[in-house]
Amino acid sequence: MALQSLDIKARSATTTQSPAARKTTEVAKLIDISKCIGCKACQAACMEWNDLRDDIGHNVGVYDNPHDLSDQSWTVMRFSEVEVEQGRLEWLIRKDGCMHCADPGCLKACPSPGAIVQYSNGIVDFHEENCIGCGYCITGCPFNIPRISKKDHKAYKCTLCSDRVGVGLEPACVKTCPTGAIVFGSKADMIHHAEGRITDLKERGYSNAALYDPKGVGGTHVMYVLQHGDKPELYANLPKDPGISPLVGLWKGVTKPLMNLGLGLAVFAGFFHYVTAGPKEVEEEEKTD
Amino acid sequence: MQVTRRQFFKICAAGVGSSSLVALGFAPGEALAEVREFKLARASETRSTCPYCSVACGLLVYGVGDKAKNAKTSIIHIEGDPDNPVNRGTLCPKGAGLLDFVHSESRLRFPEYRAAGSNEWQRISWDDAFTRIAKHMKADRDANFVAKNDKGETVNRWLTAGMLASSAASNETGMISAKFVRSLGIVSVDTQARI
Amino acid sequence: MTNHWVDIKNADLIIIMGGNAAEAHPCGFKWVTEAKAHRGAKLVVVDPRFNRSAAVSDYYAPIRPGTDIAFLGGVINYLLSNNKIHEEYVKHYTNAPYLVREDFSFNDGLFSGYDAEKRKYNRDTWDYALGKDGYVEIDETLQNPRCVYQLMKQHYARYTPETVSRVCGTPKEAFLKVAEMIGETSRPDKVMTILYALGWTQHTTGSQNIRTMAMIQLLLGNIGRVGGGVNALRGHSNVQGITDMNLVSGVMPGYLRMAADEEQDFQGFLSKRALKPLRPNQMSYWQNFPKFWVSLAKTFYGKAATKENDFSYHWFPKYDKPYDVLQMFERMHNGQMNGFICQGFNPLAAVPCLQKVSAALSKLKYLVVIDPLSTETAEFWRDHGELNSVDASKIQTEVFRLPANCFAEETGSYTNSGRVLQWHWSAADGPGDAKGDVEIIAGIFTRMRDMYRKEGGAFPEPILNLTWPYSIPDQPSPEELAREFSGKALADVTDPKDPTKVLAKAGEQLASFAHLRDDGSTSSGNWLYCGSWSQAGNLMARRETSDPSGLGFYPNWGFSWPANRRVLYNRANCDVSGKPWDPSRKTIAWDGSKWTGFDVPDMRPDAAPEEDVGPFIMHPDGVGHLFALKGMADGPFPEHYEPFETPLGVNPMHPKNPLVTSNPVSRLFAYDKAQLGKADKFPYVATTYRLTEHYHYWTKNVRINSILQPSQFIEMNEELAKEKGIAHGDTVKVTSNRGYIRAVAVVTKRLRPLDIDGKKVHTIGIPIHWGFIGVAKKGFLANRLTPFVGDATAHTPEFKAFLVNIEKV
Repeated sequence: MALQSLDIKARSATTTQSPAARKTTEVAKLIDISKCIGCKACQAACMEWNDLRDDIGHNVGVYDNPHDLSDQSWTVMRFSEVEVEQGRLEWLIRKDGCMHCADPGCLKACPSPGAIVQYSNGIVDFHEENCIGCGYCITGCPFNIPRISKKDHKAYKCTLCSDRVGVGLEPACVKTCPTGAIVFGSKADMIHHAEGRITDLKERGYSNAALYDPKGVGGTHVMYVLQHGDKPELYANLPKDPGISPLVGLWKGVTKPLMNLGLGLAVFAGFFHYVTAGPKEVEEEEKTD
Repeated sequence: MQVTRRQFFKICAAGVGSSSLVALGFAPGEALAEVREFKLARASETRSTCPYCSVACGLLVYGVGDKAKNAKTSIIHIEGDPDNPVNRGTLCPKGAGLLDFVHSESRLRFPEYRAAGSNEWQRISWDDAFTRIAKHMKADRDANFVAKNDKGETVNRWLTAGMLASSAASNETGMISAKFVRSLGIVSVDTQARI
Repeated sequence: MTNHWVDIKNADLIIIMGGNAAEAHPCGFKWVTEAKAHRGAKLVVVDPRFNRSAAVSDYYAPIRPGTDIAFLGGVINYLLSNNKIHEEYVKHYTNAPYLVREDFSFNDGLFSGYDAEKRKYNRDTWDYALGKDGYVEIDETLQNPRCVYQLMKQHYARYTPETVSRVCGTPKEAFLKVAEMIGETSRPDKVMTILYALGWTQHTTGSQNIRTMAMIQLLLGNIGRVGGGVNALRGHSNVQGITDMNLVSGVMPGYLRMAADEEQDFQGFLSKRALKPLRPNQMSYWQNFPKFWVSLAKTFYGKAATKENDFSYHWFPKYDKPYDVLQMFERMHNGQMNGFICQGFNPLAAVPCLQKVSAALSKLKYLVVIDPLSTETAEFWRDHGELNSVDASKIQTEVFRLPANCFAEETGSYTNSGRVLQWHWSAADGPGDAKGDVEIIAGIFTRMRDMYRKEGGAFPEPILNLTWPYSIPDQPSPEELAREFSGKALADVTDPKDPTKVLAKAGEQLASFAHLRDDGSTSSGNWLYCGSWSQAGNLMARRETSDPSGLGFYPNWGFSWPANRRVLYNRANCDVSGKPWDPSRKTIAWDGSKWTGFDVPDMRPDAAPEEDVGPFIMHPDGVGHLFALKGMADGPFPEHYEPFETPLGVNPMHPKNPLVTSNPVSRLFAYDKAQLGKADKFPYVATTYRLTEHYHYWTKNVRINSILQPSQFIEMNEELAKEKGIAHGDTVKVTSNRGYIRAVAVVTKRLRPLDIDGKKVHTIGIPIHWGFIGVAKKGFLANRLTPFVGDATAHTPEFKAFLVNIEKV
């Protein structure tokens, strides 16, 4: 079935040109950390909408729960207590999750055709039925986002609620955000909104307030407003200058009709993983055949 | 051309060379899979109010089925009501998790009774529950009702029974609870407003 | 709230103190972020913890739990000493110029009239000096030493910045910074709002904490103002509604105070409550009390309530003392109660001192629990090991556990904190055989009534004559009940000015409480809700999203009590001549012949400004009370008293008077007095609170929320943790004189030790959300630790300040 509203711009491990005649509005989610109260409504809404339920874990001495991203937790809040100025405590809370890069390292790294797609609106989506669970997307991601499920050995991450965006709704986390720290719209509108926020923050004494839309990955479709734009690492190690790992460069050729030994081996490695990690699914399909 | 995943797997497993199939743009239909179907397309939508704090956010409650006679509605999703002037569609983590309250494994399903000294619940009917509670209350009230105090003043109160009223119950429940307790002469009434 | 949620966006300065709006009311807090983003408003947080509200604040100041009056008293002193008050407002809209009786006094922590034996005040002297005309004497120059302004100035002169810092532990410069920011809003074109919650109420000085801030808001001229007011961010979804319905001790729906034993005469009962004006031309709206009461009596007893039987006056129980929740459990603990109904209430977790509550429930003959969820209370008899160590075989209480529908499965109205009644609709049936709350109460009542009808019994009249006009007696519908509390005409209601004009025909729903009568021709189950279901239909179900003022009133969304008014005391949004203090934030104004504007005027519509009708129409003097008169049990001016468990052992404001170490009139039962701990064994201050991921003891039954905060923890500062050898994630035992809990330690910079009078005081933070039932990890109910002592006026328990020890296990 062809996609009407979410035209595919790029597909993993595919050489054919994607349809490019139509251009849909480029969307973006903007997370204004200066407005975030760390309430985790976004986490709750994400779980609820996407029918995900992580394990009920333990408190390990911090507010962060679940403690990390997983196949069931596509977004988590990361809490950092910092004293940027002596004696002035700040509680910086960053909603972590997929950044939906314009130049997605995961997609570039992925050896399985169509397991990762990028829509022309900017969303980078995983189609798990094509995922072989090799984990290359994790290597390719400069933000350490995708996670492999222990249950089905496939990679999962935030879809930016592509099913909602596809019918004209905002993502679940955006809609729910009580303080309006997360907003959604066209990328141009979000940049404009961010400018207003940065002006306000500068007036309040945050002279280095800035938009985080890193060029190393071609810009992102999830952006942050940071009070301390000069020090993104304060926010639970948000990378200052993210880029795609050089390892992924090996894969650059995958979309070109060139065969070389390295590529062949890599493809084999990928499928080998599929064979070993995915037998259960194959068996299931055998039964229904 | 439709190729199942299993067939595709077999083709691929046949040899490294099969990657050329990919290179030629050959891939199973699923590779073009549509995004996840929008799950609310024909779900029923009901306006409600969040039961937790007193911001009282507006909710849209989605139920499976179109309320046809033969369809039993089950709530499948809850999100904020964008029309509500206070929450404007937003919900906090509690409101956003309401679906799991509605379907909590801790929900009570049947009237139950625990006998004196017993270590277990026993399922009873509503009629049985109402009748037994009414009997208890009447016996207690008849035995302990205070019509006049020591000074001979008419006070008409019942001191040996009390009620804690729910602050998550509706005003309509409040109205009937007020009629219930005051007509019986109960003075020990309180609510979460106190604490 | 005097104002409402959306109105917060109109503030210039927002103070969060005695609450944590971001954490407990995130969606209401959005209007704080809106005010910041669109008005350039500033947010100040004063709290023992650097909390989620503080995370997005412009300024944060720490404070020791239980010292809010000292801090705010210091602010009053700052405002008066630096002339940062809204002078015209204070002179005309408050009782600052009013003279107080000569025999009123305050001496070393005690007001005049104290009876040490009874731990009570005789409040006679806490009153105005009345002139020969029966009106209060006033001095508009504010110079008379007996005027409220001068008495107040003298009272708070002791609260210097140094004293504040010494008592509260707030650094002096931090206190002064906050005081300065507050003082700026004394300008007529600047408005501050205060958002508070249980961080103020849950103290033995709870009511006075709030009063102190109300006084500040009056001095700044911020009450009645758009973007201002004193705003209680309340708890449950319908805690406002159930409070308005007054399912509390001693009060009937609509805040109609019930009779005391000695009030045997109906007319005397009415006239005592129908307060006469204390100044010329004042509305003194409680003069209408007889109309509200009689209409309520007609709702209850219909035709049986007649003029001849004083509208069934004696069918309503009379009170000899308050029977609040602490009193109830005290009596239950003493074996003075047999039966108890818990409707959507989990007292085993929610009332302080679990050990006492558990022992009390064990003495009941029968307990009825009505709830959608399994609760600890319903299973108080079941052994859960260390978490609830009891022997079921020794507990003789019979327990009925009745499954109730939840919000999504019922239709009806909730009243939000901003006083807006909103209708909701049922989306599905409840699970299994669950029934609605209304049906459950009706089921019990109709069976009792049948038994009384057949068998007779003690005083059956009120039971047999209670109106029950529901088409299905066992299933009263929400629509029927809503029409009932709104009210209707029982006979034609005519205009008193023109008897030929019929305002409502017999049988019609009434449009307003202005149409209620004291002759039995109207009924209304709650005068404040009168008009919510008028002839125009169910106004609570209105959903119009227009906002003509742009200020967020949404006048046709739901129904706001009273009379669909969105901001209370809105007359005070205008100057004496009737013009808005700030034209950009106009609600109502005098147009030369009447009050008109975006909101429903809180004023007689034709009261010309020259008539000098005060904006506080419920008060007999028409003004806001800087001096509380006899309304508070513990004094007409708030004074700092230590929590009942104090880390200092003395009140630093009155170190030589042991009578006033803690609130001298808080009720303390003998059993609980013996349970109080002292700082030698329990050297750390503890405070309990909620987390944003959870709601009391419900959401531990909710999987999503249990994932977000799975298991019990406490918070402590890094310095104390180091001293005790406690690291992140270690398990610790926290002990009070009443019991202990075990939890994981969250070691944080957000709590810091405070310097109190040269002594270092550490605070331990205790979130309350875990218990022995639910899907979250099992934990200890936090009320194993908390003391069973309450506020002097409201009897709200002191959950926010007590003493503990902590050790690594």
